[in-house]
Amino acid sequence: MTETNRTNVPVETHLATVEELRNEHVQSFGGPADAVEHVEGRKFNIDTVEHAAETPDTELPWAELGLKEDEYKRVVEILGRRPTAAELAMYSVMWSEHCSYKSSKVHLRQFGDKVTEDMKEHLLVGIGENAGVVDIGDGWAVTFKVESHNHPSFVEPYQGAATGVGGIVRDIISMGARPVAVMDPLRFGAIDHPDTARLVHGVVAGIGGYGNSLGLPNIGGEVVFDSVYQGNPLVNALAVGVMRHEDIRLANASGVGNKVVLFGARTGGDGIGGASVLASESFDDAKPSKRPAVQVGDPFAEKVLIECCLELFKASVVEGIQDLGAAGISCATSELASNGDGGMHIELTSVLLRDPTLTPGEILMSESQERMMAVVTPENVARFEAIMAKWDVEYSWLGEVTDTGRLIIEWDGEKIVDVDPRTVAHEGPVYERPYHRPEWLDQVQADSFTGSAADAGRPSSPEELKAAVLELMASPNLCSKDWVTNQYDRYVQGNTAMAMPDDAGVVRVDEETGLGVAISTDANGRYAYLDPYEGARLALAESYRNVATTGAVPMAVTDCLNFGSPEDPEVMWQFAEAVRGLSDACMELGVPVTGGNVSLYNQTGGVAIHPTPVVGVLGRFDDVARRTPSGWREDGQAIYLLGTTRDELDGSEWANLRGHLGGQPPALDLAAEKLLGELLVNASRDGMIDAAHDLSEGGLAAALADMALRFGVGARIGLGELCERDGMDLFTALFSESQARAVVSVARSEEVRFKDMCTARGFAHIRIGVVDTEIGALDFQSQFSLPLDELKEAHEATLPKHFA
Amino acid sequence: MRLAGGTAVSLWHGDHDLQGVDAVIIPGGFSYGDYLRAGAISRFAPLMEQIVDASKGGLPVLGICNGFQVLTEAHLLPGSMIKNNHLHFICRDQRLRIENADTAWTSEYAAGSEIVVPLKNQDGQYVADEKTLDELEGEGRVVFRYVDVNPNGSRRDIAGITNAAGNVVGLMPHPEHATEAGFGPDFSAAGPVDLRGGTDGLGVFISVLKKIVAGAK
Repeated sequence: MTETNRTNVPVETHLATVEELRNEHVQSFGGPADAVEHVEGRKFNIDTVEHAAETPDTELPWAELGLKEDEYKRVVEILGRRPTAAELAMYSVMWSEHCSYKSSKVHLRQFGDKVTEDMKEHLLVGIGENAGVVDIGDGWAVTFKVESHNHPSFVEPYQGAATGVGGIVRDIISMGARPVAVMDPLRFGAIDHPDTARLVHGVVAGIGGYGNSLGLPNIGGEVVFDSVYQGNPLVNALAVGVMRHEDIRLANASGVGNKVVLFGARTGGDGIGGASVLASESFDDAKPSKRPAVQVGDPFAEKVLIECCLELFKASVVEGIQDLGAAGISCATSELASNGDGGMHIELTSVLLRDPTLTPGEILMSESQERMMAVVTPENVARFEAIMAKWDVEYSWLGEVTDTGRLIIEWDGEKIVDVDPRTVAHEGPVYERPYHRPEWLDQVQADSFTGSAADAGRPSSPEELKAAVLELMASPNLCSKDWVTNQYDRYVQGNTAMAMPDDAGVVRVDEETGLGVAISTDANGRYAYLDPYEGARLALAESYRNVATTGAVPMAVTDCLNFGSPEDPEVMWQFAEAVRGLSDACMELGVPVTGGNVSLYNQTGGVAIHPTPVVGVLGRFDDVARRTPSGWREDGQAIYLLGTTRDELDGSEWANLRGHLGGQPPALDLAAEKLLGELLVNASRDGMIDAAHDLSEGGLAAALADMALRFGVGARIGLGELCERDGMDLFTALFSESQARAVVSVARSEEVRFKDMCTARGFAHIRIGVVDTEIGALDFQSQFSLPLDELKEAHEATLPKHFA
Repeated sequence: MRLAGGTAVSLWHGDHDLQGVDAVIIPGGFSYGDYLRAGAISRFAPLMEQIVDASKGGLPVLGICNGFQVLTEAHLLPGSMIKNNHLHFICRDQRLRIENADTAWTSEYAAGSEIVVPLKNQDGQYVADEKTLDELEGEGRVVFRYVDVNPNGSRRDIAGITNAAGNVVGLMPHPEHATEAGFGPDFSAAGPVDLRGGTDGLGVFISVLKKIVAGAK
């Protein structure tokens, strides 16, 4: 702290005495070169409201904290004076892109607008709360949400990914639910890039290290490799929780005189500015390391916090609750207050600290993990404290709910924050960012794979086709993900009815009845690059199809919209198109978006990622015993392909293997998707099918290979009739990625009934083979035979080769 | 325990009361986050005093995964677990051989028979000095041994051991995850099963219940 600064802003005595300590602290984070600590350490002091009013001309580091000039001016206008250092800290994090959705808000409204009464039927809590809640019957409710932790995971893969799991799990607890499962959609750069192994190892270990320790089964997700994610890996985390209807809790602080309590881990110096500095800006090599902006996780503290919160809910001792994630105490106090009676009075020195040298601004911004804030009536204080004592959880009473309409935060009795909480939490800036269709898109869309230079030498002989299937199944995106998923615990809690590599994860909710849910997440960034509107719809269609394939009735949607910089009009256009597409498709399929997350600024050096709208769909089972696995096992069962195959190789995995990305993504017919879903659910419910797998990336070739590998059982396949019916060659039949298709295996005794059902619904179906438990191969009759041993070896070797 | 026909009673780590239970299972998990060393802190849980005392009186005690680590830390069983030799957490359906069918927890099985149960751990590599290993082998105190694959580098493929009296058993894999059809492994050592239909682990819990019932007669 320099002399100049000390004269500018008065330093409270007890902080001044730890000046040397602070300097060491700054050094240990990499010296004054570090933007966050540097600014924090020098400028934030006890700057009271009174002092702020007296010193209107004091320069504040609003730009370093991520605020734009007009945003800062607006803060001054709202307050009628310059903000105090602490207020500036709050506004800067809460008005960040990550917390305020300022660029995306105007588009996201469509998720709330394009909703029919039918879609609301099962919705207990919609968009806007920590997570949406869906009624699944018998008094049970399920809450689920997917969130991004992309930027922190690139900077510090283990902690970034671990705290991503921790954060989404706390959102679920905040709703009053017991978390029951997690899944992680992941996207990394090229599999052979030197930096990819660092990220894969760190991220996978972080997810496992945190989720496994919490005792949460990891039941699915995605692992995709594409060089567009090299500098911007996508680490999304989904969690699902279960509760009785009466246990739903909301984040609001009502009841004047009720006490506000902070409990869980102590507040430390980690994650300061995570939301504003890290998540809301693009990476740039020239800037210093942002490691201190990444939070550090403690899964054991979180595990205790889960159990402790569930006991609080059971004992009905909290009126409102909010987890502390992005923007920490700033977010929790302003959101609780503005959602409740509108006022709150907090004494900030009551916050228990891990690092006693933190300034008020740092305390307000810290994103230390495993913390919760609750509102408790004075009568329940003793019971609250008893539960804390039982679980050995630290807590401190910070203040109380008021009806003043002001959020007042004091530091040792001196007022350092005096704001209308709504202006912090909900009335941040909203941008109508300019957007336009990229000029390059016409050219890209005109460049179809078929007939392109990349298509030269398309496999056609039996030998070439066999090699092509092997190449596909060994490719980074379609190879076995066992190396990753075997590092996650899929068994814990004993309710996992299905997990990867099946189409969706399935967990039982009610042990008596077997009531349960299925969840899948999907996105295809290449499709969305070719056409973001269709790409988002395709992501929903695939996720919907996956859930229906397992036999569950799709009910609700959560999304994590990963895009580049909103300040680039072309990226903004991709975003706008994707939201429009997803919201349109949700309405057509009749499944509401219940919540989600937007991650922007996923770009490095001016190059954005492919638009990647990750869509999670949740479905419901009356009884999870009815679920359908993705592989066949019974000898002699008939194998059917449902749906129509077209020549659709643009954006396909095969085109990707040949380095081509152009043309139009596969055509989407949501009415067909809905019908296919109904067929699959009925067939599962009536016991007509024993295996089902949807067709997506890699088309029929990948689906058949997956199904044979699932239980190591072969089949005899004949595609001649299909090629004739749909008018195409064998290669196209195998590798096209036409939508609304699935492969099923049908017991002979059910075949007539099954065919009648498809015929009655007018859905294309064709018998393409028979399961053969003796043959030990996928035998494409009169073409080629693929021994399962050879296929399995190729399928499983890829990830260990690069990462083991 | 419920699936095997028993009644499960939750015991609180901070109590000094076994509530009159007939057997104790210390489950897996990450007690105290595995900080310091897996099981090293739990071993000092107040309730462990009663468990140690009662086990000396013959109370059947089973430690699974982290529970096994707690038992070694409490010196009820010899040796220790260190990080898997490949340094990753691993979750897989694991084939085991029952080497000793005379313990309180394995009498339902035939010696030499095999079972498939899930294995999932980060610190599962069983280690002990050569003398201890020789003693365990010589006294028939190796109860479960990994078959086909040694998933974590454990010495002599040891998956589980017992004390000399046979009432205290610890193992790394999770028999409790192979007790309910539909939620277990896809495989059984006995032959093909339905989707997630493996229940090979149920015998562990039936063994102890039968022993308790026989003792009560």
